[in-house]
Amino acid sequence: MRYWQNEEIVSLDEKKAIQSERLIKTVNRVYANVPFYNKKMKELGLEPGDIKSIDDLKYLPFTTKQDLRDHYPYGLFAAPMEEVVRIHASSGTTGQPTVVGYTKNDIRMWEDMMARCLSAYGVTKHDIIQNAYGYGLFTGGLGVHHGAEHLGAAVVPISGGNTKKQIQLLQEFGSTVITCTPSYALYIGETMKNMGIDPRSTNLRVGVFGAEPWTEEMREQIESLFGIDAMDIYGLSEVLGPGVAFDCQKRTGLHINDDHFVPEVIDVDTLEPLAGGESGELVFTMITKEALPLLRYRTRDITKLYTDKCECGRTLVRMDKVTGRSDDMLIIRGVNVFPSQIESIILKVAETAPHYVLIVDRINNLDTLEVWVEAKEGLFSDAIKSLEKVEKHITNELFSLLGLHVKVKLVEPRTIERSEGKAKRIIDKRKK
Amino acid sequence: MIIEQLSVFIENKSGRLYEVMQILGDASINVSALSIADTSDYGIVRLIVSDPKEALKLLKEQDFSVQSTPVICCKVPNTPGGLKRMLAYLTDDNISIEYMYAFSIGDDASIVLRTEDCNKTIECLSRHKMELMKASDIYQV
Repeated sequence: MRYWQNEEIVSLDEKKAIQSERLIKTVNRVYANVPFYNKKMKELGLEPGDIKSIDDLKYLPFTTKQDLRDHYPYGLFAAPMEEVVRIHASSGTTGQPTVVGYTKNDIRMWEDMMARCLSAYGVTKHDIIQNAYGYGLFTGGLGVHHGAEHLGAAVVPISGGNTKKQIQLLQEFGSTVITCTPSYALYIGETMKNMGIDPRSTNLRVGVFGAEPWTEEMREQIESLFGIDAMDIYGLSEVLGPGVAFDCQKRTGLHINDDHFVPEVIDVDTLEPLAGGESGELVFTMITKEALPLLRYRTRDITKLYTDKCECGRTLVRMDKVTGRSDDMLIIRGVNVFPSQIESIILKVAETAPHYVLIVDRINNLDTLEVWVEAKEGLFSDAIKSLEKVEKHITNELFSLLGLHVKVKLVEPRTIERSEGKAKRIIDKRKK
Repeated sequence: MIIEQLSVFIENKSGRLYEVMQILGDASINVSALSIADTSDYGIVRLIVSDPKEALKLLKEQDFSVQSTPVICCKVPNTPGGLKRMLAYLTDDNISIEYMYAFSIGDDASIVLRTEDCNKTIECLSRHKMELMKASDIYQV
């Protein structure tokens, strides 16, 4: 097992001491420099001196994405602009973009976080990393890029899109690692097959996939398609970008770099912190960032935390793979539906990873859910009765899982919009 | 004796079949036989073409769901009762037909047959001296 930094394996007591010291420093920093936090803390009757250890985290105010929007663009920065060296903006998956900033130290910390992830995946300086995350305002491209260079690997900064070129470089540059969204990886593999190229024929050995929720079934699909290890990376721009949490070889959940980002899981209704192993909304406090240290930032991601030691030796707290966001969740006739639940059923029936989209509508005041699935290999058959059987099979499986009747429709392969970044899985036609 | 038939998935929308024909026409691939099985939302176009390998490749490149299916093509006389005889042989041997389509030219009619077991069908029809078309014959029809 390879670690990048000693902090990954310190004892829990040591970690608590590190976290406490860093939290106190951060609270002082935001109280002094960010009017928003100054005001919020005063409203709660809190002074920086009241926060004496990491156990006092629960007294601090929450921060939401709306708070970032209300202070657009730099209102929550805790460092003066002359110290800020980089600005990114979120991809605006759910609404207008939010702006984040980094000082030189923040960038250095980020490089180390990314290098920790890559090391855990078994990537070394001997690797050639084809970085197909988008470069630009999105944190994915540059975040992975700097971390990979810091590790000493050779980076091919191809960015997202241009699938034919991706395939050409995979073949000619001998890339051993690819980094992109899992849905784009599948698209690349599918395109290779259509071009008559075996996706297993390249030098690829590791894939680093993230920036959108994906399931274990999708992981298996990608691994068998390319013959690689498909590793999960978790991050969000408000916290850092890629490098907040990562899979290790044991695959017992994602290790959170909690010496920098202290996680909590809270009950969405009461906002009370939940115990380890309980499912709720993931919240982060950034205790080392200088430009944008947010207190108790609500990610909207639903997960569980585990504090027991991982066999890999890391003491970094673990979280479940994020399979849904509380704002991705659809409520169909009162039933909570996560797109990932539907995805696992489709993958199970299709034995391949087809493109699909969920169409939500309201007809005669009744919510309707249609699932459009592309009739690709594994689903397509020469006989109508087999196609009807596939539709029925998916419908039945969804009914037994959700208790909802979902109309399943097979569509032509080109019907569903291709994504070179995050896959668009939901079309909600209901009036808000 | 086994003929390579292409099956293409298309949605039930105007212009879809046209697109398939345009791709094949542009590549100078001739269609010898065609049948469509349809439901309200989609259909399967089944085609016998002059160059099935090339057609499969071209359609895949254009992102169509397409697969190659082995079928048999049997000649029967273009006279009343011509088809009946062939069906009787298959029924006697308990061979069930998944689907079939036919076209007639002059004195002959050709029946494209998809059954549960191609080899068993070939054996049955050959035993009864039925004329089966070779792949090379039908691609040129």
